Amino acid sequence: MTETDWGKVWVKAEHVEKVFRSKKKGDTVALDDVNLEIYDGEFVCLLGPSGCGKTTLLRMIGGLDVPTGGTIQIDGKIVDRPSPKMTMVFQEYSLFPWRTIEENVGFGLEMMGMDKEQRKAEVKKRLDLVGLTNFADSYPYELSGGMRQRAAVARALASDPAVMLMDEPFGALDAQTRNRMQNQLLEIWHATKKTILFVTHSVDEAVYLSDRVVVLSPRPGRINSIYTIDLPRPRDRSSAEFARLRKEILSEIERLQEATGNLL
Amino acid sequence: MKWYIKLILPIIIVGIWELCALLINNPFILPTVDSVFSKLLTPFAEVFGIGSLASNTLTSLERVVIGFLIACAIAVPLGIFLGSHPFWEQFSDWVIQIFRPIPPLAWVPLSLAWFGIGMTSIVFIIVIGCIFPILVSTIEGVKRVKKSWLETAKIYQANDRQVIWHITLPAAAPAIWNGLRIGFGIAWMSVIAAEMMPGSSRGIGYLIMYCYNFGQVSYIIAGMICIGIIGIGMDIIFKLVQKKKFAWEALDK
Repeated sequence: MTETDWGKVWVKAEHVEKVFRSKKKGDTVALDDVNLEIYDGEFVCLLGPSGCGKTTLLRMIGGLDVPTGGTIQIDGKIVDRPSPKMTMVFQEYSLFPWRTIEENVGFGLEMMGMDKEQRKAEVKKRLDLVGLTNFADSYPYELSGGMRQRAAVARALASDPAVMLMDEPFGALDAQTRNRMQNQLLEIWHATKKTILFVTHSVDEAVYLSDRVVVLSPRPGRINSIYTIDLPRPRDRSSAEFARLRKEILSEIERLQEATGNLL
Repeated sequence: MKWYIKLILPIIIVGIWELCALLINNPFILPTVDSVFSKLLTPFAEVFGIGSLASNTLTSLERVVIGFLIACAIAVPLGIFLGSHPFWEQFSDWVIQIFRPIPPLAWVPLSLAWFGIGMTSIVFIIVIGCIFPILVSTIEGVKRVKKSWLETAKIYQANDRQVIWHITLPAAAPAIWNGLRIGFGIAWMSVIAAEMMPGSSRGIGYLIMYCYNFGQVSYIIAGMICIGIIGIGMDIIFKLVQKKKFAWEALDK
């Protein structure tokens, strides 16, 4: 375990490389020499144009993919399968449609072998937290997109992970719901003190949410720059400072996109 | 559609049947509606010393259920295995595809040679008949289980057994159930055909062939109606369960 001035390091990626090999299309370097540390309690966004490998990086940290080079450590241990210290929230379609919301949220606890009574109590706490108390017996298809993602967040919180990985969790939602969900997520983050690693392609979302924004460049995916956002929360999207940061990051991403556009 | 609207067409057909029967006026070609229905309304009456309509139907149903359950016990676990192991699915693909189109009746001679006349032979033919639709539906159902569900389960530390039990099986259940429905239909057709073969001595298929030898066409038609009623009854039950238990499949987008 590594302690630094910033506190405990939960996630440590060193020289991570991911090459997708294909006989037909040749090799694609998705990620190249990625080095990153995520500290306890941090909210970090991975940001970049499509094809920059941000989801690939998140999946490798989550143990769903293996790097072809370098190492990823969670709490000092090399990841080769999903770590119990982490959970992941996907963009959509990750709730089990044959289970009620309560059964979905309790899934991780059920797999751990927690007994039914205790599970019910734990699940209720999480449902209260995300405001779905009255939907325990509903099925996912009876809920709106925003409510489904709240249920997915509740499920992730239920197994009490140290780190929550989120792969564009609000990407499929409309703008208003999305903003509301961002505020709720920040509240939950404050209340639970989780470490969050959040993938998004929205600059606005990244600046609004995170302590640090990690900007990846596409093909091959590399860390281009890391912005520390020290605006006080709750952040004001209309403030001059917010606009300046957003503009700065946006123009960087556009530059990166153009650079690859010329390559294609 | 309301049930009484669906009733119109059967009534028309029965009307045409009665009209034809009266015009032909030959019970060896087409008996009247009432002579057939009188047989159906007394299902426990003895039929020329081979048991009643009801008891023979029950015999057939019993054989089907046994064969069907054996086929399920083989096809569902095998389908889950093959559906989740692409190598073995490809490996066995040709064998499944070659055996699948062989109709159950083509197995009758071999079945008689291997198992002789009797229950085993008939059950074997039923198993052969319904195992493939169940197997193929199960494989397809398992292959279509969303990757994100399997990954979510792994994220939550589910082991291989838990993944099969809590994800693969419930996620593929609608497809498996559909396979069971089709399989049962084929099993029901197979048993009738098998009972018409030489050496048979009971069952609704046997009753039909037996009555044919006696020129009892009204019993033949009564037997056919029994087959139809059981077939549609089972199909309705299967669909009802599908609607109740697997509503999520149609509603989940």
